[in-house]
Amino acid sequence: MNGFDLTVIWAGIIAFAVVVYVIMDGFDLGIGILFPNFKVGTDRDTAINSIAPVWDGNETWLVLGGGGLLAAFPLAYAIVLPALYAPLIAMLLGLVLRGVAFEFRWRDPSHRARWDFAFTAGSVIATFAQGVTLGALLQGITVEGRAYAGGWWEWLTPFSILTGFALLAGYALLGCCWLIWKTEGALQRQCYSYAGRLGILLLIAIIAVSAATPFLEEEYYTRWLAYPGVIATAQIPLATLVISVLYFRSLSKKQEAAPFFYALGLFGLSLVGLGVSMWPDVIPGRITIWEAAAPYESQLFMLVGAGIMVPVILAYTAWAYWVFRGKVGSEGYH
Amino acid sequence: MIDNELAILLARVQFAFTVSFHFLFPAFTIGIASYLAVLEGLWLKTDKGVYANLYRYWLKIFAVVFAMGVVSGIVMSYQFGTNWSVFSDKAGPIIGPLMAYEVLTAFFLEAGFLGVMLFGINKVGRKLHFVATLAVAIGTFISAFWILSVNSWMQTPVGYAINDVGQFVPAAGWWDIVWNPSFPYRLVHTVLAAYLTTAFAVGAVGAWHLLKDKTNPGARKMFSMAMWMAALVAPTQIFMGDLHGLNTLEHQPAKVMAMEGHYESHPDGAPLILFGVPNSEEKRVDYAIEIPKASSLILKHDLNAPLAGLDTIPEADQPPVGIVFWAFRIMVGLGFAMLGIGLWSLLARTRKKLYDWTWLHRAALVMGPSGFIAVLAGWVTTEVGRQPFTIYGLLRTSESAAPLDAPAVAMSLLAFVAVYFIVFGAGIVYIFKLAAKTPEAHEPAPDDAPIRSAGITPAAAVLEGDHEEGAAS
Repeated sequence: MNGFDLTVIWAGIIAFAVVVYVIMDGFDLGIGILFPNFKVGTDRDTAINSIAPVWDGNETWLVLGGGGLLAAFPLAYAIVLPALYAPLIAMLLGLVLRGVAFEFRWRDPSHRARWDFAFTAGSVIATFAQGVTLGALLQGITVEGRAYAGGWWEWLTPFSILTGFALLAGYALLGCCWLIWKTEGALQRQCYSYAGRLGILLLIAIIAVSAATPFLEEEYYTRWLAYPGVIATAQIPLATLVISVLYFRSLSKKQEAAPFFYALGLFGLSLVGLGVSMWPDVIPGRITIWEAAAPYESQLFMLVGAGIMVPVILAYTAWAYWVFRGKVGSEGYH
Repeated sequence: MIDNELAILLARVQFAFTVSFHFLFPAFTIGIASYLAVLEGLWLKTDKGVYANLYRYWLKIFAVVFAMGVVSGIVMSYQFGTNWSVFSDKAGPIIGPLMAYEVLTAFFLEAGFLGVMLFGINKVGRKLHFVATLAVAIGTFISAFWILSVNSWMQTPVGYAINDVGQFVPAAGWWDIVWNPSFPYRLVHTVLAAYLTTAFAVGAVGAWHLLKDKTNPGARKMFSMAMWMAALVAPTQIFMGDLHGLNTLEHQPAKVMAMEGHYESHPDGAPLILFGVPNSEEKRVDYAIEIPKASSLILKHDLNAPLAGLDTIPEADQPPVGIVFWAFRIMVGLGFAMLGIGLWSLLARTRKKLYDWTWLHRAALVMGPSGFIAVLAGWVTTEVGRQPFTIYGLLRTSESAAPLDAPAVAMSLLAFVAVYFIVFGAGIVYIFKLAAKTPEAHEPAPDDAPIRSAGITPAAAVLEGDHEEGAAS
């Protein structure tokens, strides 16, 4: 069956878009979360400059995730988005606030403090809302027929609040490591001092979310903890442990780029864990990717475009990062 | 269900509010991006500093507008699902891929090269920087292409079948779906509208500075370029608008009936109602000033051609007349006013008084917002005119909405209104501030942040050679 393959491929593409989004917008949202801790003046300007040329491209992966879901799995898009109405609207408004702050803080020095606050508030709201969204999706959504059938507060549970805080810790860590890589001097020293504590915080969050997940649904429990599957799934926490050790070692050796990539590794493993819990459902326990799939013709038409464009996009995105490589402020690229 | 109706009404208000705010920005960025590409191209070709200065001047405004367009656009891409989930489920297999193409071919292109365009000139050099500007400009056009294809398919759906779960699925080739009957007209009409909007915004800024100092080289150049656009594009747009109207008459006659205020059928020649007050209760236009048979002449090219009215359309399928009637007249009226400015500028140009006729400058200043108003009026005409359907003739608006409680939508609407007015209100103030600054011969690079202005801005170093020339031209 051709349709089978395409649906799996599209699930892969959307998962890829989500992963790329989380790691790319993750570090620039993280800088927003940490922003109030940076000294007003050069430090804040450097932190902003380190992401100013790339944040817009980073955020486009979120649009690809949403747009791709609509195109390849319209039923999932139609059920998940109303179910997560409040957190998604909060996320969008948060992204509005922080997105304009990039420009507005330069345009209006007399109100810069206010736009810096908007930058942080927007980043925190958007991050927390994304975490809540993930948690709410994982804990299950009430579906009847082809529509969401729960109330508008169904997403709000201790678990979704936990995942919200977990993502705050995670993005803050990514932002912190990005700044270690891209800056020097006082700002870099400050970030080194945060990176250890944020790493511990993230590990606690990962452990808490991982420990809670198997008890959300029986399916998760058997998948993660029952023999013989546990032999495979146990590799994920093991790898997390190894990367954590490498992460803290790289910090103590004052390496500059390595902590960022280890932090990405921790994120990648968490997302693999998410995949283990969900696969092959797009709405856990309710709708599989095949039930939600758009017709073969739609998926094929898009695959042609994605097959050509995604490599091209990755190439020029890499080029744009290459153009702005090196330490920010060492020569002042503006 | 009263509550359900209220929830749908609120969702419609929210969509109208967010999409209207959003479209103001792309209407401007499509135009300024092309304008910047032209300026940088001319700078590369002629090496005249005035072009580089104008480039930097408008780049600062572009950056602010673009940021607002991006963030308000992300809202749109999610609102289809959050508020119109039934529509998304049913139409997703057709409009989803088109929107995915927009992301893949346009959004990434714009976003990927924007950083280099704004901050990268000293890193990549002039030629490669021009490529980045071109990429952003082309990206804005490709974005318009796909999203207008989606909108047009919703207005004139073709090439679909309906599957057993009620989804619209592609049945003919994708070519037919993308190039659906109203798309070519809507695309040209909208892109020209974006160019006109920008031309009048740029013209107003130029006029403002000419009124203060008619020798300012930057102000002269931008005013002259804007007036060329007005003179050339306004008549083209009126011609294209007419073709678009004829296309609408063929595919969505009820919309044209509402635009014309034709409640009744006219078997032998319909009048063109210039002004009047549509009275939907009595099904007539009160206080109408009309030209007999002129509507038949315009729409059918025959004075006595019969034209059907809304009396031939079932009540439940009729669009609201008042809004469509008025919005259409605002758009057309502004279009002709733009043509008037364009012709006036041609006259001034032939008399060599383009920079001297202060009344022309004052008029151009007043017309600064005209493009934005006309664009919104045009969208109101076409979107309200296709009611009560989201997919014309096939899926009703009332059957498209997400199963949300009215309080949820009311809360989100309030939040959108509050955040948009504060954030975009501030943004518009900043645009005015930037535009109020006199274009200088030593126009600084986009950002004047402390970190950069502390030393010599590298961008300025690259452009150094042009400054004196800029002052001279």
